[in-house]
Amino acid sequence: MSIQTTVGGDTFEFDTVKTVLAKANEPKTGDELAGIAAGSDAERVAAKRTLAEMRLETLRENPVVPYDQDEVTRVIQDVVREPVYDRIKGWTVAELREYLVREDVGDREISAIRPGLTSEMIAAVAKLMSNMDLVLVTSKMEVTARCNTTVGKAGTLSFRLQPNDPSDTIERIIDSTREGLSYGVGDAVIGINPVEDSVATTTAILEATHEFIEEWNIPTQNCCLSHITTQMDAVREGAPAHMLFQSLAGTEAGNDEFGVDVEMLDEAYELGKKACVSTGPNIMYFETGQGSELSGDAHHDVDQVTLESRCYGLAKRYEPFLVNTVVGFIGPEYLYDGRQVIRAGLEDVFMGQLHGISMGIDACYTNHIQADQNDIENLAVLLTAAGANYFITVPMGDDVMLNYQSNSYHDAAALWEIFDCGPTEPFREWLETMGIWKDGSLTPTAGDPTIFT
Amino acid sequence: MSTPNTPTEPIDPDRLKEIIDRNPSRLGIGRSGPRPKTSDLLTFRADHGRARDAVWTRVSDDLIEELGLYRIQTAVADKDQYLARPDLGRSLSDETIESLKTDCINEPQVQVIVSDGLSSTAVETNSKDLLASLNDGLQQRGIETGTPIFVEFGRVDVMDAIGEELGAEACVNLIGERPGLATAESLSAYFVYNPKRGTPTAKKSVISNIHAGGLPPVEAGAQVAELLTEMLEKRASGLDLREDDRSFQK
Repeated sequence: MSIQTTVGGDTFEFDTVKTVLAKANEPKTGDELAGIAAGSDAERVAAKRTLAEMRLETLRENPVVPYDQDEVTRVIQDVVREPVYDRIKGWTVAELREYLVREDVGDREISAIRPGLTSEMIAAVAKLMSNMDLVLVTSKMEVTARCNTTVGKAGTLSFRLQPNDPSDTIERIIDSTREGLSYGVGDAVIGINPVEDSVATTTAILEATHEFIEEWNIPTQNCCLSHITTQMDAVREGAPAHMLFQSLAGTEAGNDEFGVDVEMLDEAYELGKKACVSTGPNIMYFETGQGSELSGDAHHDVDQVTLESRCYGLAKRYEPFLVNTVVGFIGPEYLYDGRQVIRAGLEDVFMGQLHGISMGIDACYTNHIQADQNDIENLAVLLTAAGANYFITVPMGDDVMLNYQSNSYHDAAALWEIFDCGPTEPFREWLETMGIWKDGSLTPTAGDPTIFT
Repeated sequence: MSTPNTPTEPIDPDRLKEIIDRNPSRLGIGRSGPRPKTSDLLTFRADHGRARDAVWTRVSDDLIEELGLYRIQTAVADKDQYLARPDLGRSLSDETIESLKTDCINEPQVQVIVSDGLSSTAVETNSKDLLASLNDGLQQRGIETGTPIFVEFGRVDVMDAIGEELGAEACVNLIGERPGLATAESLSAYFVYNPKRGTPTAKKSVISNIHAGGLPPVEAGAQVAELLTEMLEKRASGLDLREDDRSFQK
């Protein structure tokens, strides 16, 4: 394939679908580092124009990593529902964009074409959409998932309580849990990243959080984010997990860097369905993030938006309860500043929801990127408007274990107030019973962790 | 960090004090409406500001001179490029390679490198004590060291290029870590035996968290000397030397 496009008198030529996809991206340092980004804004627009005229069929027939070389490609291709695909394969990417933004196209219409879409098509349309396009279309989609409780219903915005501790000290993890709950966060999951990836630590964290949830009768779920094999060993020995977690990449080689493959994930899913102590049916949790494939040299010269989309194509196989991008964690060589982080956050949640998975975000930043708390508060406002299922929150935005900043326990009630929404129904009732929440806002006792003593 | 604002009337004030005292996280800070109180907001901004300054400030020429370090710069042009292009932070220009070979001791047993990395503050606060103690340790063991080098805009693996060009048997790179909000002063020591460009991470060793509140620099210097000695004896570094811990996910 070779396509020529002229923009403003300059002619640009693209050799492959993969090249068009890469050069059509909004600017990202990760694509520049990989040496695949557009060389100029004119070339970027030329690539977008080429992509706009491309048929969905071309994207299906040219997966960015060949079918016989990559199991993620096979997972994505093999679940396409052919009659639905046949109906839309003649659409151009521009026509797909214009369909999604139409006023008479809502959740039902989008759900009807979803089984015919591949991750490459979803990435392609994201590249043609402006930030407001992304917010608008994401806001149309209602993707729910149920573990012990249901997230993603209209009018709800949920939060992961992330009480990490730099030495995995259980009493401190529970202290931070108390604090977060007293601010009304924790309805999506109480999820801890352990420092030590061991069965003993994983089990101790799962037992402590499970016991606390049972003691206070909290309608939520727990998770310990160690490696999936560690959690599997813990669960086999009886550790009380409501769901199983793993980080995902968008290529087989990238997942190999994470020490997982489809066979292992299949096994984990089967085990989880039998051994998780939640009601389900959704018992898997995944985290992703643009740039992780390149950092493991597993990107096959594919851009980071397309690879991120493929993560969601893989995640979908496991009907996850939660999936979130960890958008600003990876560093400035992939997403340089607040502008790139915000764009990536909007793209990721849109692409996840269009795949039909329950999508949230860890809106975050490290201290060496050009971003601050204002940037991720901006992103939180935008993605609440877009109807993201959940955000990650840590005490005052400061995670002392992972050494980065995310949204604060304080952001939950502020977002609920701005957007007139709230946590999941059973969790809201529980907050009222505990005297933390009344008539749509925090009570005077909210913010006091000693409620739970 | 300033004294936190506590919730106005906690149910159990003793318990609240206990929670605040035993946690490094910002707990028990209370609120005004759904938002944090102003002093906590400003404390947070001050901590972030210190971390940002550590990334964006240069190591002073006075310190480099005082410590007698030979100064070079990687292929990186400025801080912006440093952050976006880790590959350039590992590379040296032909001119730099030439001057290294001419001006520095060739084929040392141990090449000591100091890099700004992501925290000039870490270099400013730790390198004097660390280098003094490290040099004592190496001298006592009769280990020959090369000309100590300071690298501006350096990444960890710049030690592969420097060591390869100078023909060093082993290298240590003392480099500023990505600052956290709790401290911007943390420094790490990375090690490689038989340095060659492209040596995988698994063949490298590390001693991290070097700062007054973690592993104090004087103590760290002794540990660095000890590990270098072990590397020279066993002719290895990284996983070839000993099993490493598995790192966390995110």
